[in-house]
Amino acid sequence: MSLFFIVLLPFLGALLPGLMNSAGRAACAGVTFTVSLAAFVGLLTNLPTVLAGEVVTARIDWMPLLGLNFTLMLDSLGFFFALLILGIGLLIIAYARNYLSRNDNMGEFFTYLLLFQGAMVGIVLSDNILLLLIFWELTSLSSFLLIGYWKHLPAGRQGARMALAVTGMGGLAMVGGMLILGQIVGSYDLSTILQNRELIQADPLYVPALLLILLGCFAKSAQFPFHFWLPHAMAAPTPVSAYLHSATMVKAGIFLMARMWPVLAGTPEWFVIVTSAGLITMVLGAVIALFKHDLKALLAFSTVSHLGLITMLLGTGTAFGSMAAVFHILNHATFKAALFMSAGIIDHEAHTRDIRRLGGLRTLMPVTFVIATLAALSMAGIPLLNGFLSKEMMLEEAYGTALFGVPWLVPALATFGALFSAAYSFRLIGHVFFGPVRDDYPAKPHDPPAGLWLPPALLMIPVVVIGIAPFIAEPFVKLVTSAVLGDAASLPSAHFKIWHGLVPALYMSLVAVAGGLLLLAVFNPALRLWDATPRPEAKQIFDSLIKACVSLAQGIILPLHNGAFSRYAAIGAVAILAAGFHAYMSGTVGATTRTVQPASPVTIAGWLMLVAATGGMVFMHRNRLLSLILIGIVGLMVSIGFVFFSAPDLAMTQFTVEVVTIILMLLALNFLPNTTPVESTVLRRVRDAGVAIAGGLATFGLAYHYLLRDAITTPISEFHLANSYKGGGGTNVVNVILVDFRGFDTFGEITVLGIAALLIYALTETLLGGPVRARLLNRKPDQPRAGIKHPMMMVVLTRVIMPMVLLVGFYIFLRGHNEPGGGFIAGLIVSIAVVMQYMASGFSWASARLRYPYHGVIGAGVLIAGLTGIGSWFFGKPFLTSDFTYVRIPPFEKFELATAALFDLGVFLAVVGAVMLSLESFSRLARRAHVPDSEHPMDIDPSREGPPPEKAGFAKEGV
Amino acid sequence: MELLVASAIGVLTAGGIYLMLRLRTFPVILGISLLTYAVNVFLFTSGRLTVGAPPILRDGVSTYTDPLPQALVLTAIVISFGMTAVVVMIGLGAFLGTDDDHVDDQTDTSTLDEEAEGTS
Repeated sequence: MSLFFIVLLPFLGALLPGLMNSAGRAACAGVTFTVSLAAFVGLLTNLPTVLAGEVVTARIDWMPLLGLNFTLMLDSLGFFFALLILGIGLLIIAYARNYLSRNDNMGEFFTYLLLFQGAMVGIVLSDNILLLLIFWELTSLSSFLLIGYWKHLPAGRQGARMALAVTGMGGLAMVGGMLILGQIVGSYDLSTILQNRELIQADPLYVPALLLILLGCFAKSAQFPFHFWLPHAMAAPTPVSAYLHSATMVKAGIFLMARMWPVLAGTPEWFVIVTSAGLITMVLGAVIALFKHDLKALLAFSTVSHLGLITMLLGTGTAFGSMAAVFHILNHATFKAALFMSAGIIDHEAHTRDIRRLGGLRTLMPVTFVIATLAALSMAGIPLLNGFLSKEMMLEEAYGTALFGVPWLVPALATFGALFSAAYSFRLIGHVFFGPVRDDYPAKPHDPPAGLWLPPALLMIPVVVIGIAPFIAEPFVKLVTSAVLGDAASLPSAHFKIWHGLVPALYMSLVAVAGGLLLLAVFNPALRLWDATPRPEAKQIFDSLIKACVSLAQGIILPLHNGAFSRYAAIGAVAILAAGFHAYMSGTVGATTRTVQPASPVTIAGWLMLVAATGGMVFMHRNRLLSLILIGIVGLMVSIGFVFFSAPDLAMTQFTVEVVTIILMLLALNFLPNTTPVESTVLRRVRDAGVAIAGGLATFGLAYHYLLRDAITTPISEFHLANSYKGGGGTNVVNVILVDFRGFDTFGEITVLGIAALLIYALTETLLGGPVRARLLNRKPDQPRAGIKHPMMMVVLTRVIMPMVLLVGFYIFLRGHNEPGGGFIAGLIVSIAVVMQYMASGFSWASARLRYPYHGVIGAGVLIAGLTGIGSWFFGKPFLTSDFTYVRIPPFEKFELATAALFDLGVFLAVVGAVMLSLESFSRLARRAHVPDSEHPMDIDPSREGPPPEKAGFAKEGV
Repeated sequence: MELLVASAIGVLTAGGIYLMLRLRTFPVILGISLLTYAVNVFLFTSGRLTVGAPPILRDGVSTYTDPLPQALVLTAIVISFGMTAVVVMIGLGAFLGTDDDHVDDQTDTSTLDEEAEGTS
């Protein structure tokens, strides 16, 4: 199966559990299992190729200019991890099906799980480090969702947040490190990077890149000093813990260290940082784990400890160390997943995971006892189980490693860590399963149904088989190790054996096991000593750190962002002015090239009106109705200016828009106070006036400057003028630009317009659905209403001119391609015609005659425009390529048929729909209770018999 | 004539900025509308001023004004209607919901008031 499918299957499959939720829990788990199984089988189909030592690749260029390509690669290392991720994933899904209670939303859980699975598989199969980073962040996000799955638990939410904060910060560092690495090599392809060891290690940026990448890996894999997040993530449901902390999430950091091993390892920096971090984590985790009473916390810290062990092995930089690391990854995944699941079983059956409240479960839960004991003994490093083998290799590697020039440091600490590891494993067995049977368990423990114990039991097969016959695992582990080593080192010749003879590692192992037993014997005094020792609490440190960051951010942001819009606007205006001033001072301005055109008295009169109206608005803006009238004058003058300066299309648009804007503002003013009170101080007004005058002078200066100069190069408009008729078939160049040359722009614009109208509609719906509705309905108008609401004269007049206005609109639309006009203007004109009906005959009357909802009109418009564009695909042309032809149908004259007209029809419909939907939404707010809407257009109608019905509350609401 | 148009743009901008800095929604919306006019005219004039040469192709005529700024400004006018409508709706919704048409957050003063009441 193609690698793309293996990566994509979990992501696509993530859609299914949610859909299957209503079909029942079995269906939900079943579909998840099937998806995972398909990916697993798909992976296995690549096994022969991988076993042959070849690398499977798949590639799609995504953003080649950025170096970001969707390239996947499957070598034995990737295969190994993918096998763990998908294989253990299958067991986890089966386990979770039985573990989750009826109250848990199973679809949600499995959706998150599949997302996480896909992201993990993506990490291990990526051949592009940028792609890897994307999957890396996806694991952080999806693990956040999984850890916080039990949203009702504060511990779950806090643990999820902490995990996200730590791994997210690590991810950020990783991004930096990877970008540096890519810059050094000049490629973001992993396979290329892995072949440039000398180049990378000789680069001065090697150390920063190494530090950043290690920071990311350590944060993800819970290495000291980031080890604290992992135990808090244990608040998650046990299947999540078992999955994230045995085989997947925390192994991602390890994977990356192994992946980058050929190019990053082998330097003193790598050795010192990685080995010491691993060593500290291993010892610290093991010691803390021993004294944890919560089973899952014990396992969490033991995971931390084992991850430290693997990190340390990778840090040594030798081929043997890498082989031991790979082997231990395999072994740890098997026994730790089983242990987590066993802990979940105990929690599930006994309703507690507190070791102090357990004991004697050996006879009550024999199956669980066998599984957990085997796994724990493997973890302790007891012969004939797989944990023993890799631990021996670890001790052997530690024996030959000298850190900081001290030969005994690493062996001693490794033995010490192994000792505690053995001790907590023994404690787990001894304190949970042995001892007397108690009678105070929170629930009567017994073995669970097979659905719960079978998955961990299956994991015991590799634990025992590898433990007894290590040579079975040897070829595969060596194959994976060779992928880790790359060209950097040759494969070690050592064989996997249970008995190596009387080597130092054996003595160290004996010391560890004996010491572990001894420590368990003196556990109680040791616990008292441990409890008496003061220790820094990681969670408190983290919390106070986060708190400090939050208050720092607040200290910076709140004074700036205090909710005062007028202040932002002022700061924005001044900043723009300053930037413009800087540009002016640092640039050069050529000499004037255009002659000033003389101004006629009419022009001066128009200018005077515009300036007077603007001045009036500024000085009398407190009278809102007056300022509305004044802005109408401004708009009118602007329209006339457009006519004067050869822009008839603009003038028509501006004029019609002006009409609908004023209607809209009037509708709004209906609800708002009629005057603006005096609130600002004189000083403030002077300040605002200063900013305003500076802004006005700046725009004046800018406009005046370029009005007197020609453009530096020939404007592209020459092309439009030359090709408008030839290529677009229209003589109105503005319209041809709109529907043809720049049709894509227009398409976007009508879409935006439609969205704006829908937004207004949605806001109205929200308002009318909330407490505002009652207030609106009971609102008392602040001014006396007119005696007659729908004057007969107006009703009759609007009805009579309606067909004429529609005709004008139709005419304007049709001639648009060749004469001033077009879809935009026609749409506005028709809107005005419809609005007039609303105004004259009333909302109910007009709505009742509405054949198509305005949303539909908007949609139809955008759709028609879009389909017109798509139509050109069928002729092998790019989107929105237009075509036209001339036809002649007697007795008419020759006329033109253009696809652009169809597009313009879309524009027309979208504009009508958007304008009408906005205005209709506003007017819906205006309806009141106690004032019945008449379905009759006129209060007095000679053709109607009898008085109008006095039905109160007829108002049709929520239409 | 250039002076007239440029100064008109300047006056519209100044008026727009001043009203935009007011404290209540309605004048702010009017101010933004004025600024819209200013910006549209400004963009339009980037095609320079030409009298009596509309970009409608005619036989025998070779001088036309620049059509491109016109096309761009045409859609800008329609879009700015949509945006004005949205802003008006938001302002209206805020006023109907809180009975307050200030554009600035009033929380600070209200907490101050509460504190003042508490101490008195």
